[in-house]
Amino acid sequence: MSNFPKSWRAIRLDPRVALNAGLLVILALLPLYATLTADPFVLTLFTRVLILAMAALSLNLIMGFGGMVSFGHAAYLGIGGYAVGILAKEGVGSGFVQWPVAIAASMLYALVVGALSLRTRGVHFIMITLAFAQMVYYVAMGLDRYGGDDGLTIYQRSRFGGPIDLNNKTLFYYLCFALLLASVYLVWRIVNSRFGLVIQGARSNERRMRAIGFPTFRYRLVCFVIAGAMCGLAGALLANQTNFISPAMMHWTRSGDLIVIAVLGGMQAMFGPLIGAMTFLLLQEGLSRITDYPDLILGPVLLLVALYVHGGIDGLIAGARGAAGASRG
Amino acid sequence: MLYLIEQLLNGIQLGMLLFLLAAGLTLIFGIMDLVNLAHGSLYMIGAYFAATFAAWTDSFVLGAILAIAATLAVGMALEVVAIRRLYGRNHLDHVLGTFGLLLFFNELVRLIWGPAGMTLALPEQMLSAVQILPGIFYPVYRLVIIGVTLTVALLLYVLVMRTRLGMLIRAGASNREMVGALGINIKLLYTLVFGLGAALAGFAGLMQAPILTVQIGMGENILIPAFVVVIIGGIGSIRGAFVAAMLVGLIDTSGRAFLPDLLRDYLSGNAAATLAPALSSMMIYLLMAIVLVARPEGLFPATSK
Repeated sequence: MSNFPKSWRAIRLDPRVALNAGLLVILALLPLYATLTADPFVLTLFTRVLILAMAALSLNLIMGFGGMVSFGHAAYLGIGGYAVGILAKEGVGSGFVQWPVAIAASMLYALVVGALSLRTRGVHFIMITLAFAQMVYYVAMGLDRYGGDDGLTIYQRSRFGGPIDLNNKTLFYYLCFALLLASVYLVWRIVNSRFGLVIQGARSNERRMRAIGFPTFRYRLVCFVIAGAMCGLAGALLANQTNFISPAMMHWTRSGDLIVIAVLGGMQAMFGPLIGAMTFLLLQEGLSRITDYPDLILGPVLLLVALYVHGGIDGLIAGARGAAGASRG
Repeated sequence: MLYLIEQLLNGIQLGMLLFLLAAGLTLIFGIMDLVNLAHGSLYMIGAYFAATFAAWTDSFVLGAILAIAATLAVGMALEVVAIRRLYGRNHLDHVLGTFGLLLFFNELVRLIWGPAGMTLALPEQMLSAVQILPGIFYPVYRLVIIGVTLTVALLLYVLVMRTRLGMLIRAGASNREMVGALGINIKLLYTLVFGLGAALAGFAGLMQAPILTVQIGMGENILIPAFVVVIIGGIGSIRGAFVAAMLVGLIDTSGRAFLPDLLRDYLSGNAAATLAPALSSMMIYLLMAIVLVARPEGLFPATSK
């Protein structure tokens, strides 16, 4: 971490860093609050926030930094979740098997989809990633042994042995928290590496990157696969959280949710997906407590964000305009 | 043989439905360069309007006409209030904004019509089946769908290719700045195009209403196949949309009808029963992926885009 002093200076200056730090402190202390108020629901809700933040972070890596607008990202949540669910049903309960399989399956899928999709541009990329996700959705619908379109209940969460018991809500929460932080760190390292600069360069002007000698297709494909792996792990977590998998978790509107979360939080920011996931889920939850028709408010809010807020909530806080937007995949 | 003809007709009928949706979608996509995820909402609203108006007027046809007019009005209002502001933005903003609209319309319909679905009863003379070939009976209503949609497709073709409005629409698709510079009210043109697309979607919804239940979210499942049609046909191309809609309709229907038997010849009954439905649902997406990789501009690309 050679640039540690530099980022330390940034911490003192930047209001967004203050917000992120505050957010992390709140998240770290949340189980304490849940215990004190004896309100387990808040922990369940925030575990979901962390998991969806991780999924949106992986989307942000390819979409925000790489300019690849994937409209089929929920497929990875499904693949990761089904890997856990299918193995659990077949009697393989160990997380040391389930989770690597979830990640590997997602990577394999990402490799195939990426190799084909990255030949296309713009709205065609959006549509082809959607097409592949629809295929996975229908495959899951056809898996009669694993519940078909009714889905499958997972009776036992992934086992890791020793003191690590995922049925312990607090422990599971901290595990998700730690994995999210590790993912943020990973994305931060990627984005600031030479590799990440090539990816971002390919977003702004791919032809120029190719002209100066970078095989951008390969770079983008590797990035796409890394994002797939991360989201597959999020899927494994999600299956463990809900104890249930079904094709519905891959419906195209769930991919829409992930895009909403990533854009809402701010695509150029490391903690944008976390802010986005928290805002989106808390808004949903809060609105459904005050009204029977939450989407009547949530829908127009999203429209207004699309119209008037550049760079998402992070952009609002940093006051930075114009930094927003992977324009076209 | 009988089964084959019946399935063929079913495929054409699905294709007709997809064409109605895709025609509006491809015009909006090609001319305003807008990805409209809320297009399925207009399909849903058309169906709800039809069910309501048909109950009020006690007439299917009258209800249908009122529903089309109402969906047209909703579409044009939507364009003026919200959609217009999304033109010229990047596709991600379109996805976010129109996804918000989709949520809004689902909830609005739930508020107005309640969470339970509705049904739209057909007039009696359309309930029967008619003998189309010796020994082949086919529901009258499905034939009506095919006939009416073909007429609409023809009218649309005449509108776009043979009228002044159509000329402006085509000109707007190839160079919107130039059309504006020549003194055409491009804003009004866009509102009309969006309204036309909405009316077509609403029409598709109401035609489908007697066959399916009218329910919330009905537009979401048909929207994606409609996008498949738009992409395969080439964005902005009505002719492409028509051919692609027929293709997608026939492939999807024949996959569902014949794949199970076909697979049973090669696989065990159990495996075939598992694989066939998944595979037949996947086929149109596979087709789209192949088209996108091999020919990203679609089968019949609209000119100079």
